[in-house]
Amino acid sequence: MAVIHDVMPAFELFQPPTIDDALRLLGQYRADAWAMAGGLDTFDWLKDRIKRPKVVVDLSQINELRGIREQNGGVEIGATTTLTEVVRHPLIREKFSILSTGAEAAASPQIRNQGTIGGNVSQDTRCWYYRAGWPCYRAGGNTCFADTPTAINREHAILGADRCVAVNPSDSAPCLIALDAKFVIRTPKGERVVNAEDYFIGPGIDITRMNILQPGDLLTAIRIPADWAGAQFYFEKVRDRNVWDFPLMNVASAMFVTSGKIDRIRIAVNAAAAHPLRLAAVEDAVRGKEPNAATGEMAGKLAIQGARPLRFNAYKIPLMRNLVKRAIGGVEKPAWA
Amino acid sequence: MSDAKNATKNGPATKYKLIGKNYVTPDLYAKVTGRSKYAEDYRADGMLFCKLLLSPMPHARVRKIDASAALAMPGVKGILTADELPPPADSINDNGTVILANKRGDRGLTMEPLYQGDPILAVAAVDEVTAADAIEKIKLDLEPLPFVVDPLVSLRPNGPNARLDGNVWVRGQQPPPQPGRPPAVVPPEVTTLKWTDADFAEYNEGKLPMGKATDEWTVGDLDAGFKNAALVLDETFVTPNSSHQTLETRTAMAYWQNGKVFVHTGTQSTSQTVPAIARWLGISPDDVVFISEYTGGGFGSKITGAITLIIPALLAKKCNAPVMMRISREEENFIGRGRPSLHGRMKVGFSKEGRITALDMFVVCDNGPYDQVGDAASCGRIVSLLYQPEAMRFRYTTVLTNTPPRSPQSSPGGMQGIALMEPVIAKAARKLGVDQVTIRHLNAPEGKAKFGPLINGKQQYVTSAFIKEALERGSEMFKWDERKNQPKRSGTTARGVGVSSSCYVGGSIGFDALCIIKPDGKLYIQSGIGNLGTESLIDVHRVAAEFIGVPWEKCEITWGSSAKNLPWACPSGGSQTTHAMTRAAHAVAMDAIKKLQMIAAHDLGGKPDDYEVANERVFRKGGGAGMSLAQAAKRAIQLGGIYDGHELPKDINKFTAASATALAGQGLLAVAKDTYPRDGVTHSYVATFAEVEVDLETGQYKITDFLAYADVGTVIHPRALGGQILGRSTLGIGHAIGQKWVYDQHYGLPVAKRFHHTKPPTILDIPQKMDWAAVGIPDPETPIGARGIGEPPVGGGCAAILNALSDALGDEIFRRAPVTADVILASLEAGRPMQEPLTAHI
Repeated sequence: MAVIHDVMPAFELFQPPTIDDALRLLGQYRADAWAMAGGLDTFDWLKDRIKRPKVVVDLSQINELRGIREQNGGVEIGATTTLTEVVRHPLIREKFSILSTGAEAAASPQIRNQGTIGGNVSQDTRCWYYRAGWPCYRAGGNTCFADTPTAINREHAILGADRCVAVNPSDSAPCLIALDAKFVIRTPKGERVVNAEDYFIGPGIDITRMNILQPGDLLTAIRIPADWAGAQFYFEKVRDRNVWDFPLMNVASAMFVTSGKIDRIRIAVNAAAAHPLRLAAVEDAVRGKEPNAATGEMAGKLAIQGARPLRFNAYKIPLMRNLVKRAIGGVEKPAWA
Repeated sequence: MSDAKNATKNGPATKYKLIGKNYVTPDLYAKVTGRSKYAEDYRADGMLFCKLLLSPMPHARVRKIDASAALAMPGVKGILTADELPPPADSINDNGTVILANKRGDRGLTMEPLYQGDPILAVAAVDEVTAADAIEKIKLDLEPLPFVVDPLVSLRPNGPNARLDGNVWVRGQQPPPQPGRPPAVVPPEVTTLKWTDADFAEYNEGKLPMGKATDEWTVGDLDAGFKNAALVLDETFVTPNSSHQTLETRTAMAYWQNGKVFVHTGTQSTSQTVPAIARWLGISPDDVVFISEYTGGGFGSKITGAITLIIPALLAKKCNAPVMMRISREEENFIGRGRPSLHGRMKVGFSKEGRITALDMFVVCDNGPYDQVGDAASCGRIVSLLYQPEAMRFRYTTVLTNTPPRSPQSSPGGMQGIALMEPVIAKAARKLGVDQVTIRHLNAPEGKAKFGPLINGKQQYVTSAFIKEALERGSEMFKWDERKNQPKRSGTTARGVGVSSSCYVGGSIGFDALCIIKPDGKLYIQSGIGNLGTESLIDVHRVAAEFIGVPWEKCEITWGSSAKNLPWACPSGGSQTTHAMTRAAHAVAMDAIKKLQMIAAHDLGGKPDDYEVANERVFRKGGGAGMSLAQAAKRAIQLGGIYDGHELPKDINKFTAASATALAGQGLLAVAKDTYPRDGVTHSYVATFAEVEVDLETGQYKITDFLAYADVGTVIHPRALGGQILGRSTLGIGHAIGQKWVYDQHYGLPVAKRFHHTKPPTILDIPQKMDWAAVGIPDPETPIGARGIGEPPVGGGCAAILNALSDALGDEIFRRAPVTADVILASLEAGRPMQEPLTAHI
């Protein structure tokens, strides 16, 4: 049968008003159902006719999934809160500004007005073979087209590859890991709260998914504890274009410095592997040290241990090294700035 | 950003009331409020939608199509395949020259798809969902055929051919001349060309192999030039393939009424698209009504619309209903045309002062599978003009590949030639210790500069060139001398400045203009130009208003439909319009003035020459008897004949004649063909300056300052000129910073198909400071002195960035464009260029 990558096929659309209604529908239709938040990832798949759900559960009518609330000195962000709302919220800007910065680095203003924080962290990989419908491992096939001798893999993984070499493209995810955020998930068995870094999974665990959500599960909120409020934050995204582009790599860190020494730190990078990487070894190595260029150099070198380049992405190794270095040791501004 | 005063900065003040002044074009409010109607905005009663079935393979033969299940679906109205297309037809140009059809050209649909995305068939249905569902029900039996997406792979011994009959274009055989007729233009032929293993010996070192070329020319003594050189460089550089990326895709809608076809689509020429549609459909131009009020960008890809418009036209006839074909972004990436990559190898000899004593240039052009693009040939001519080498050999080969069809894109060949040469000039200046502006000034064309191959023993020459003035004034405005000595490194940041020369063709001749002074005293101007966003559609007619002396508020412009009686105009490609159509506008103004003088003499006595036209009147020189334009218009109708369009000049195009005939009797009808002499070929020039700052730890860079100083002759509309200079510079910048195609060579398939893959620059990628100015010296070979500007800034925009980057980073970082963060970082890390130098589409 011929293939056409245009015009969304027909499906049954539900717009439940409550989380319970949404869960009932997702439970009823299981693998045939598709939960849709802002639709940015969804419509790509649907209009390309590559993902063909019978049922779309549109979460946009569920008020309890929206909004940003103060909670025990931290914040709880509803999963369908838009990225723009996250970027602009005074509490987030004041206490957890790294999330504002990271969310604002995503996509473009128009996309951030529509795209949600839950969607941004849960989006599928952008590997151009997989997204174009090539029958790869991730799509249920038996090869990785991005890891062949002729493959074009400039944007692919240098760490954590396991058959699939796709990367996670989220800009907000590493920020949430740096903030030690908790992801609230409603499952048919009840509510489950997981650490941000445990929400994401690599191909070794399940090659067809980017996170732990099973059919029937729903990410409902993200909670940021008070612990990292007002920390010294660093976020940087390296990309080809200054707007409307996925990261070649990004880094996010939160750090408390006491008496000139790093007291507490959390650091994560994304677009280096299939899931955002929390760099626990780096955190351990720099704790108690001065946040200077030398510590940064050491941290950068440690971060890239085990990295394996593909034909076109060797640059990601020095890039990751330098980003980690800068997150800890800072960036030197030119004298003429 | 600049304003009007910049247009004539350092140039003569304008003596005109309208020419050289800013104003608001009459189409602007509709554009900015969304009221402008593009092809996709039209609807017709009973309209169907069609969808395309695109080839999934890079090269295949369609053995069988089983559409039975699709056609059996409710709502499906018809299918169109290549078998139902009219055969390719010859055409005749304005000079009466027959252009023989290229049987290997793109016909819109095919049974032998030559690239992934080549349309095989179309299905019409009551709505798009039904049409798309029907496409999925079609069974295709495809026989895979050999394919190649890299021109150098095709030139290797035993390399695959993109077409069954060969892999390179060569000149076609000229048929015997017909007595009394100009020789026909013959299409090129395809043949097989393979190079030897020895030719590829230096491939792995990044040096472009130079096997047998299909075309070459030499001017001057190359050996002597190299012998006299103080420095000889041998450099390879590669430019990217890039889609035109028009924001309006080539959507088309068509229907038939009373034997005529009505077509809506975007175009770069309202008048010239009519005969193109007629030729493609095999019907008379009299049976074509073409509507195109607004076009969302063309850049050379919609010069006469697009051949795919015949799909809805033929389906509309077959289904007896209007058919809309909306083209998606992915489809546009396949069928929307692209600029071909050029691989170039330049051996250049320089005197110790930096003068080019010899240039031996070898170019391989990635043509795609269909019609031959002229980029390689054009590259040689532009390089020859821009750098005036004392001796030059130019060799080139245009190789067919199974990638989307190419077409001219703003500064076709010129942009690539400049991007190939400029890094070599910059490197030579560094090696010789010569200033970058000085070396370009030294080699720049001046006056009636010669260029290109010998034709009948002589080189062509240009009408004028004031690029030296642009370099001088631009360097002062950019504070070049100050900036070139500023610190280049600080911490992890590097800074650099670059300058580039650039030029391209800037005008054609011989087109018509048509206007009427009606008894209400207003001037009604008919515009056959396409409205592709450059504003030249309107701007050129200011010349007619200026000379006839009618206030702009009393001018009405009609455009956008062949049913509205438009004159024959140039296509707005190759920066022709401002030059060609200001000439025609001047000619029609002279015709109007002549007729006004004749009417005045007829009614008031004396000779026509005793009268002059000004302030909406024709009156005796020095004062005395006269009449208003409104009165003259009434008299023109009463007098008839030549005055109101009932008698027409013999030399105007038949398209114009038909329009004038339809408009006759409404007032004083002025119509004229541009027959002004021109000595030389018209070109425009730009000197471009840029500053970049590179983050050495990430490879990212920003363009901190940018200036394009243009030599375009007389400025017609400063704000539109500024938009063109900076807009087209941005197109060039895109080629330097990120825009490209990406293919997996093993499968012959593209992986970059969306904007976020092919990466046209965004508004946040343009320079932080961006300015423009114009020299303002009139071209001596055209009445108003104005030349076109669309093309020249593109090469300058690209090369100024490349040169600023090498100033910041040195010569060992990149060997091809675009230059992206990964290329910079990997090369900095290794201390040598790390990007694969010659592989296509990476």
